[in-house]
This record gives sequence, structure tokens and C-alpha cells, in this order.
Amino acid sequence: MSWWAILGLAAAAYALKAAGLVGLGPRAVEGPALRLAALLPAALLPALVVVNTFAADRRLVVDARAAGLVVAVALAWRRAPFVLVVGLAAATTALVRAAA
Amino acid sequence: MAHDSSGGGGAAAHEFGGDRVAGGVGGGDGEPADALDPRARRAIWVLGAAIGVFGVSFGVLATTAGLTVAQACAMSLLVFTGASQFAAVGVIGAGGSLGSAFGSALLLAARNAAYGVAMAPTMAGRSLGRRLLAAQIVIDESTAMATAQPGRVTREHAFWATGLAVFVCWNAGTAVGAAAGDAIGDPEALGLDAAFPAGFVALVLPHLRSRRGRVAAAGGALTALALVPLAPAGVPIVAAALAVVPAVLFASPPSADRRPDGAGGLA
Repeated sequence: MSWWAILGLAAAAYALKAAGLVGLGPRAVEGPALRLAALLPAALLPALVVVNTFAADRRLVVDARAAGLVVAVALAWRRAPFVLVVGLAAATTALVRAAA
Repeated sequence: MAHDSSGGGGAAAHEFGGDRVAGGVGGGDGEPADALDPRARRAIWVLGAAIGVFGVSFGVLATTAGLTVAQACAMSLLVFTGASQFAAVGVIGAGGSLGSAFGSALLLAARNAAYGVAMAPTMAGRSLGRRLLAAQIVIDESTAMATAQPGRVTREHAFWATGLAVFVCWNAGTAVGAAAGDAIGDPEALGLDAAFPAGFVALVLPHLRSRRGRVAAAGGALTALALVPLAPAGVPIVAAALAVVPAVLFASPPSADRRPDGAGGLA
């Protein structure tokens, strides 16, 4: 991979990140668009969770990651500390994987 | 709107934002917290540590794919969006073309544009220079941690603290992995691939306190799952953004004056 490719990728990735944050600017504080903007993480983060748990390339699978997710949901629901949610989910997945 | 309630003391307490564990969804009477609560601080370090391990594996994968150590480190510093970096060096390592490496990487990076929009209200009062700097750390972790906070000031603290912690850990990990090789082992053997969904589960909970948030979350998750078999990686996640439309149109907040906006009723 050439340096130009790395710099090009960096520029494109930065442009995506900056578009909303810098492009919207102070206009972002008002208007109905804000209602949509405020909800974006509510839509995207669960998508990130399910894709990272159930996708294997372009297939949907239920594997050791799903066991970790169940543990995470249960612990997060009970308001367990973040480190426990993450740590026990990872440990569960590792154990299920090792046992399989 | 997202911060209307923050200055008015209407922010509800929640697990990363206040000491009080709210029993329900009712508006809390907590003071608007300016500083990050210790739970949020600890969560940020947990995230950072996990990211560091993945940084090591990225460094190893990048050098295996033919990048020099300097190139691997430059990529983590400059591109700084993990999933895209893994995709790019994965394609290159498998002998794919530069074009397909770019395509895969940018599809995965596209969701950062949505995160930028989501963070724009929080950063709106800041100088252009500050926003240009902040843009580099607009990623999953910083947006998730920030939007889990009650109130604009705490959000901004959480955004910077998470972004910087992840930046430092990811880059340190990359340098170790690229220069020293595999120092930690396979992150999957440690179950660390499950650590990220788990962390985001915890961070998404505050968004689920409003009906709008729940509709957006369910719609986003279902959209993404439906698209996994149909679209290239990255598309299912960014397409989930469309779920905000039904959430706004069809799920009105139960009591508009108390909880005037959608971001989990905590915003």
C-alpha cells in the first residue's frame, strides 16, 4: 500500500467525519433536523451491536458472540458496572468458543 | 433541543451520568453535572484498554499485509477508524485491488458521517478550529459515550475523553503490534470481539428510555440485520440511520413538555 493511498484514505475518512460536525456548524442547534440528529445514535448503535454479533461476512449466524451478547444485555439491564458488562461478555464468548 | 433540558436541571440520572440510579423514566431532579461521573471515567478506560488490544492486532495484520511499520502507524494516526482500517489492510493482504480496499473502508467509515451529524449540536458553539480537531475523533466509541450522557457539557467532556483515550490506545497498540509483532495473541480467543457489542449495549440503554429511542433502536437493528445478506459490510449499519424517520413520525413522546426530545429522554 503506497503512502498516497494511505493519505487518500485518511482524507476521505476525515471528510466523512467532518462533514456533519463542521459542515452543519451552528445551524445544528435548531430546527426539526435536530430531532433526527439526536436520534441517530439510538438507531445506529443497536445496528452496530447486532451486526457485530450476528454477521459473518454476508451471512447471519448465531455463534459464541451471541452468548456474550445475552450476558451483556442481562448485566446492562441490571445496571452492572461497564467493566463487568464488557468483561463477562468477553469471557462468556471466549469460554463458549473454547468449548465448541 | 437536544440540550434544552440540560441547562434546566431536567436531566435524568443514569448509569453514566449521575450517581442516582433512576427507578424509571421520570425526569430526574439531579443537578446538571458538568464533570464526568466516575462510572463514565472507568468505562472510558475499559474501552481504551480493549481498543489497545485491537490496535495490536491491527498493527500485526497491517505489517503482514505488506505495510511498513511507519505506514501502519500513520494509518492509525490519520485514518483513525478501526473497522475501515481492518477492512483496507484485509483486502490488500488478500491481494485485492486498491479500489476495492478503498470501497470497503469507506463504506465502513460512512457511519461516521451520521455520528458527525449527531455530535454537531453538542459542538455547535465551538470554534471552527476546535470542530476541525474534534472531527478526527468522531467514531463509534466517542459518539456512543457522549450521547449516553445527560446534558451538553457532560456530553462534550465524554466525547473528548473517549476520543482521546481511544486515540492514544489505538495508536499505541498499532505501534506495538507493527513493531513487535503479536504481543497479546488472538483477540478472538479472549472473546474480545464480543466486548464491543457488549460495551455498546451498555451505552445504548439511555437511548431506550424514550419511545422514540426504542422505535429508532428496533428499526435500526432490524434494518441492519435485513441488509447483512444483501449489502456489503458497512452499508447495513449506516442504512440503520433511516430508522430515525419512523421514530420521529410515528412515535410521539409520551409527554411533550417534560421530555421534549428524543435522545433517550435524557438529552
